[in-house]
Amino acid sequence: MTTPRYKRFLLAVLAWSIAFVIFFPILWMALTGFKTEAAAIADPSLFFSPTFESYVAVHARADYLKFALNSVVVAFGSTLFALLIAIPSAYSMAFLPTPRTKGTLLWMLSTKMLPPVGVLMPIYLLFRDAGLLDTRTGLVIVYTLMNLPIVVWMLYTFFKDLPRDILEAGRMDGASTFQEVRHLLLPLTLPGIASTGLLAVILSWNEAFWSLNLTSSDAAPLTAYIASFSSPEGLFWAKLSAASTMAIAPILVFGWLTQKQMVRGLTFGAVK
Amino acid sequence: MATLQLKQVVKEFGDTRVIQGVDLDIEDREFVVFVGPSGCGKSTLLRMIAGLESVSSGDILINDQRMNDVGPAERGLAMVFQSYALYPHMTVEDNMGFSLRLAGVPKAERSAKVREAASILQLEPLLDRKPKALSGGQRQRVAIGRAIVRNPSIFLFDEPLSNLDASLRVQMRIELARLHDELDATMIYVTHDQIEAMTMADKIVVLQGGVIEQVGSPMTLYHHPRNRFVAGFIGSPKMNFLDVEVAEAGARGVSVTLPGGATYEVPVEGSGQTRGTSLELGIRPEHLELDEQGPMEGEIQVLERLGGQTSLYVRMGEVPMTLMVDGDVTHRVHDRVRFGFAPERAHLFDRQGVALASLREHPLASLNRRDNKARADDE
Repeated sequence: MTTPRYKRFLLAVLAWSIAFVIFFPILWMALTGFKTEAAAIADPSLFFSPTFESYVAVHARADYLKFALNSVVVAFGSTLFALLIAIPSAYSMAFLPTPRTKGTLLWMLSTKMLPPVGVLMPIYLLFRDAGLLDTRTGLVIVYTLMNLPIVVWMLYTFFKDLPRDILEAGRMDGASTFQEVRHLLLPLTLPGIASTGLLAVILSWNEAFWSLNLTSSDAAPLTAYIASFSSPEGLFWAKLSAASTMAIAPILVFGWLTQKQMVRGLTFGAVK
Repeated sequence: MATLQLKQVVKEFGDTRVIQGVDLDIEDREFVVFVGPSGCGKSTLLRMIAGLESVSSGDILINDQRMNDVGPAERGLAMVFQSYALYPHMTVEDNMGFSLRLAGVPKAERSAKVREAASILQLEPLLDRKPKALSGGQRQRVAIGRAIVRNPSIFLFDEPLSNLDASLRVQMRIELARLHDELDATMIYVTHDQIEAMTMADKIVVLQGGVIEQVGSPMTLYHHPRNRFVAGFIGSPKMNFLDVEVAEAGARGVSVTLPGGATYEVPVEGSGQTRGTSLELGIRPEHLELDEQGPMEGEIQVLERLGGQTSLYVRMGEVPMTLMVDGDVTHRVHDRVRFGFAPERAHLFDRQGVALASLREHPLASLNRRDNKARADDE
């Protein structure tokens, strides 16, 4: 079964167009970062003389590296903890289900349907009393809990796809539960675990609501960094774009490098 | 050395009883086959012996030791799964050596043991491959090799050949029989394929609905099925069943009248049978013979030529009958044929489906697989 050439050509054009539309805002942001403030608000044009003016200004005002480090620590830290908690949970749900397992999974997911602002007050007060405001630990806790339902849910589906026989064969061979997980489950579902982890990193990296509300300076990640360039003194598009470009650059590079893992993980069940 | 005993073993999943109090003795070095239709509980029973399913009540004893609460690995068993269940991320060598690695056996010793098992199964050239790069038959052999490496006293097989094509299945069947002789281990084998059961077993356990219907050597099951279920299950094509009426019951057997009016005296225990009682007569397709003077008559509906043999599907009045006759018969569809059978080949079942005990034991009924072998050795 071969698709006619003109059809393939049309499909390619369509795919590239959609990809371009999706990518366009990012491209425009990157371009705007190299314009002067005047050029940034002038009529949109692709022809301008690039300048590092905005980058220099942005750098002079805030310590990018400090924010970036916070983002890295918080995103990877929370992902690590989420995986540590989720792997045993997903294991027990996938391989030792009870009549309530399905319900538990749905309930976990339902917590994602509550607007976070609904629990802002109690969490803020709890964090204040516990001394967790504006700490990386605090953000790691919030992000871990925020991502946990999705991480458990994804791992659960990956684990469920693993033939039970393989784990049972391991048990017949004398594997303890821990050895079963370490030697069989983890290596066999690694693509799935990796893509789940990547998703959790990206979600944490992009999270703005909690980081803006729970941090001020010490633990502020890049989302707070960008926000600091928007409202207070009116909109400076060029500087905002420069800051945003720097904020997304690390995760963009990270995503680019791991895209194979991502795709492989998300299609894991289908190709096995 | 390993014997296995099941005592009133019960398995319940929620409210359903899938195994309803099974008693069974398996002797050392015996090759036992659990056979039955799907859902009869044969795999569940095997998994309970393996320790992969808990026992709801009753006891499992290995070498007279109660094993109910002993973990799968400590029972001294090895299991070969239907799906082979090889570890896809490990090479053949690592697959086979995994149990030794978990047990902390040093690498050199591990490798020696794996190679020893691999040589029994001619797997040496494949040791560095991953399961993905193996054919179905090779995977099967690796799965068996993985079991051999553990040097178990009992091997458990869960429908190990059902994923193989027909010719490979025959080959593996022979190989398994050879292994059984070579390894001197007790083997328990689950299948729904009665040819596997008949050819490999010392003892067949026929299960239905979580109950053992009969335990016996293949020839006992074939010649003296205890009830209608076993009679219909063992043998292919399936046994024919006819409603008959008792004409007379005596010391030499029970005379019954067939639907067409013919009378046969079947040599079975007839005490308690009275004239007019309705019974069911079972006769295997291969025991029906075309006979121009035969007392039964019917019209051929379908005719299947297998070369050496021909199956005739005949309609006798309202009753469908299957005959397995010589391959060279010249009959055609819609021909009318007459046929009959030797009375001692027939079985009679009462209304509960229980067989009336035969008065003459079939000369081969007590024969088992080992007797076949002993004869061959003498020659």
